[in-house]
Amino acid sequence: MKGNEALAEAAIRSGCRHFFGYPITPQTEVAAYMAKKMPKIGGTYLQAESEIAAINMVYGAASAGVRAMTSSSSPGISLKSEGISYIAGADLPCLIINVQRGGPGLGGIQPSQADYWQATRATGHGDFHVLVFAPSTIQEMVDLVGLAFEKADAYRMPAMILADGMLGQMMEPVSFPEEAAEVKLPEKPWATNGHKGKRPHNIVNSLYLKPDQLEKTIVDRFQRYETIKATEARAEEYLVEDAEIVLVAYGATARIVKSAVNTAREMGIKAGMIRPITLWPYPVKNIQKAAETAKHFLCVEMSMGQMVDDVRLAVNGKRPVSFFGHTGGVIPAPGEVLEQIKEIAGGVR
Amino acid sequence: MAVVFERPKALLDVPTHYCPGCTHGIIHRLVAEAIDALGVEDRAVGVAPVGCAVMAYDYFACDMVEAAHGRAPAVATGLKRSLPDNVIFTYQGDGDLAAIGTAETVHSATRGENITVIFVNNAIYGMTGGQMAPTSLPGQVTQTTPYGRDVKTAGYPVRVCEMLSTLSGVAYAERVTVDTPAHVRQAGAAIKKAFQTQIDKKGFSIVEVVSSCPTNWGLTPAEALQWLRDNMLPYYPLGVYKDTTGGDK
Repeated sequence: MKGNEALAEAAIRSGCRHFFGYPITPQTEVAAYMAKKMPKIGGTYLQAESEIAAINMVYGAASAGVRAMTSSSSPGISLKSEGISYIAGADLPCLIINVQRGGPGLGGIQPSQADYWQATRATGHGDFHVLVFAPSTIQEMVDLVGLAFEKADAYRMPAMILADGMLGQMMEPVSFPEEAAEVKLPEKPWATNGHKGKRPHNIVNSLYLKPDQLEKTIVDRFQRYETIKATEARAEEYLVEDAEIVLVAYGATARIVKSAVNTAREMGIKAGMIRPITLWPYPVKNIQKAAETAKHFLCVEMSMGQMVDDVRLAVNGKRPVSFFGHTGGVIPAPGEVLEQIKEIAGGVR
Repeated sequence: MAVVFERPKALLDVPTHYCPGCTHGIIHRLVAEAIDALGVEDRAVGVAPVGCAVMAYDYFACDMVEAAHGRAPAVATGLKRSLPDNVIFTYQGDGDLAAIGTAETVHSATRGENITVIFVNNAIYGMTGGQMAPTSLPGQVTQTTPYGRDVKTAGYPVRVCEMLSTLSGVAYAERVTVDTPAHVRQAGAAIKKAFQTQIDKKGFSIVEVVSSCPTNWGLTPAEALQWLRDNMLPYYPLGVYKDTTGGDK
């Protein structure tokens, strides 16, 4: 199944019945799949007039208490950033998919990971985070969509799947969880779905004109973030235990890096890989633990080096951290990564 | 003693932040009266704008959502598609609805989104201190048109009801005002009809209320209403611009 279609089917199986989107390459199949499926299961597929409208429709649907989502690619996510900030400020859960392409500006339509900073640092104005999940296989896309909805509901915050054009467009076998007759959603007593004469009115809002009140809501939110950082960070470790050179890569790039690590091992170089599955919260502990034994870190990305900031923060000067990457839609080749490993190995020995 | 006049139940008993002589208070009341008359407070969800009515969520007794500037019709769309049997309305000013939110306004209208839009047109940005609005009149002096709105550089005011009435998705569009008791009663009837249009699932309904802003117009409340009659109403004629609620159109 194609990655984009798998994302869509996984969302439907997670109980999402409200999709609001706008066409953009390379995520278009998510919307097309939703357009085909939603009317047949009593769901909503709505092609909005803009990315801005689409994310605000998600805001409205999330206010009503339903599982709602939108999907886009890099330039479209920039347009959604206003709405994402409001959703975070109003403590609403939702899912946003970014099938990344090259930027800045109109950039290109080939795979990229240049929205890492945007996803983890600045999905909109103000002090806030979104949960960011980074699948590296189509199966993982499916698994993480379900998890993202669940965690978004649990923590009342937006979640993002940060994929890329390669994952979106590639095909792989995939198995879905059994289709439940009805997905049980958590209670949402805060939802604005009509008070039915049973409670005072609910208000969904992000406006606090008194600075001390605004500060308090943000501080409370950041206390929740501390819990998330302590409990929700996820990563895959591959041959890290005895590794002298630890590569760090996420998403499609991690597949390339894994193959380079395997070749390096065949050559007798003790290489390993840490693959962050959550980008926010970042799996700091995995990196810190590896920094106790590894001699050198090498971060590989399809960007000019964005996630490498988080690797450096986690390593905290203990070990050298190098970066290798391509950007603009150029995909790093396993051989290129291997050359980097060999070069570092020469220094390590 | 018989009670002949009281606060609508859908309007909470809290002081509003509106300026003396502002017509938002009247329009809030008319919306609340319509909600009461139709008995829909328990299933109504209002969407507040950015602008003077930004804190409307504190005044209406029904559930309320605060939207980003101009996005209220998109937020209302998300609500309505999730809650098709609820009554969803937006309450927006001219900058919100006819400038930054033009796309959301036009497209929710052309989709025939089954929501009700209350559009308060006072020809100025009130909350930010009186800048030119998309509906400011030619020659109107504002903070950002200190020499009067020059249509050669600032363009012409938008006539929203006229524009939206060309769209097939619009079931009901009427322009009213609240300068006199008679007009207030007409405005109340229009707002109630707009909500009824939605309850009957007939499509997009909008009531444009031509209103005053004494503070930013630099006039007394009475002078402001006279200015409204002399200047606003000739450019924004009152009346029903679209009504397909009678038939199956």
